[in-house]
Amino acid sequence: MDWAGLIFSTFFGTLRDVFPIVLVVVVFQFLVLRRGLANPARVLTGFVFVVLGIVLFLIGLETAIFPLGRGMAEQLITQAISGVNGDGWLRYGWIYLFAFAIGFSTTMAEPSLIAVAGKAGDISGGSVGVFGLRLAVALGVATGITLGVYRIIHGLPIHWFIIAGYLVVVMLTATAPRKMVPLAYDSGGVTTSTVTVPLVAALGLGLAGAVPGRNPLIDGFGLIAFAAPFAIISVLAYAQLSVTMSRKG
Amino acid sequence: MALNFLSLPDIPPRLRPKLVRGPRIPPVLRDLARAFGDSVRDLTPIVSVIAFFQILVLGQAPDDFLTILAGMLCVAAGLTLFVAGLEMALFPLGESMANGFVHKGSLSALIAFAFALGFGTTVAEPALIAVCAEAARAAAVAGVIADDPAAIARYALELRFVVAFAVGIAIVIGVTRILMGWPIHWLIIGGYALVVMMTTLAPREIISIAYDSGAVTTSTITVPMVTALGVGLASSIRGRNPMLDGFGLIAFASLTPMIFVMGYGMATN
Repeated sequence: MDWAGLIFSTFFGTLRDVFPIVLVVVVFQFLVLRRGLANPARVLTGFVFVVLGIVLFLIGLETAIFPLGRGMAEQLITQAISGVNGDGWLRYGWIYLFAFAIGFSTTMAEPSLIAVAGKAGDISGGSVGVFGLRLAVALGVATGITLGVYRIIHGLPIHWFIIAGYLVVVMLTATAPRKMVPLAYDSGGVTTSTVTVPLVAALGLGLAGAVPGRNPLIDGFGLIAFAAPFAIISVLAYAQLSVTMSRKG
Repeated sequence: MALNFLSLPDIPPRLRPKLVRGPRIPPVLRDLARAFGDSVRDLTPIVSVIAFFQILVLGQAPDDFLTILAGMLCVAAGLTLFVAGLEMALFPLGESMANGFVHKGSLSALIAFAFALGFGTTVAEPALIAVCAEAARAAAVAGVIADDPAAIARYALELRFVVAFAVGIAIVIGVTRILMGWPIHWLIIGGYALVVMMTTLAPREIISIAYDSGAVTTSTITVPMVTALGVGLASSIRGRNPMLDGFGLIAFASLTPMIFVMGYGMATN
């Protein structure tokens, strides 16, 4: 394994990604707002932590999790296509379980979601359970990715699922506790990031390339899109359930 | 509203660990140690999933165990540093800037900042660059554009700018909503109705790409900054509630790219 090359390219890649944010912040903080930072040493240390954190996180993903995850997706797909697992639902059984498990577990490790859930816990004064919220989002993503895999295997049009998903979102919005609605909508957007996208995209493209009659260009995309509406549904349902349970109790 | 599934009981004073006099551990290190424990907990599911499928379903052990262990340690350490850095830098910075804009009272400066934050952080996003490149190749194969490298590169670049522009507009809309106190659900539901309508009109090969582009735009650094901006604005403006008005910026950022990319697909078709 070429550790030096990986560390070097990840480090500079991350610096390149952080640069626009630093630029925007510096321009507006010093030229438009014309204020110094309240605690420059702490903010600077924090920024270094963020950059180093992302670099280490990506290096670790690239060496430990992504190769294994991609390899497993490939092997499971080959197994399923060869039909050794049986017919009908059994044929793709492990793939469905893998899609669910990978959707759930990658979402639990997603840094953006940890950030948003933590913030929600802070400003709600602890009435929003940080861990419960993340669990709800992860279950929603897992369900969405599983349905997305079903769609690829059966070649159904993507917009049926997405439109149906958002119809459920609209219905749940009408009855859900109002304070949870913006947070639920946000959790649809933050779920798919650094950890989830590469693994889920590999699964989608691999399946669309292997299942007979599917075109990777048309069917391979769109698996990520399944995560958002189902995460929103899950969080709205979780909020609703918490309120109902606390009323009864 | 009791939404807490996990609340730990208070430890009685008798059972609390006694503070031992000795070398004082700096608070930063103590926080990091606790955050590391959380990171290990957050990574347990993914490790279990990989182990389960690798050993029980596929019946094989990974060959390079040490590399994987080192990688796992990197992931846990990285997550720990990231979370610590969030609390020290990104959140306070975003909130203090939001507060600064409210005190300065300049609407145009705030709107410019919102757009720059959305556009600037998206246009260089590696996940987006990858998706746009894939999408351009797909478009060339589908015959939407000419199948030569120059045309493909141009299409990918245009798509990237369309998405970045869409995210910039999204943050501007979201900030305006916070300032005006509009309820979020009408805007979002209206937006999705528009997505549904455009889906029926847009060329088929752009639809999945448009849907995915909504999901890949929000990166690990953008999300905390944008969240802090929203919460900071809602906390600084009288009559706004951080829970009700502060969240929702990310929701717009994942909605507008779908609309703009489908619009782009319809325009180039």
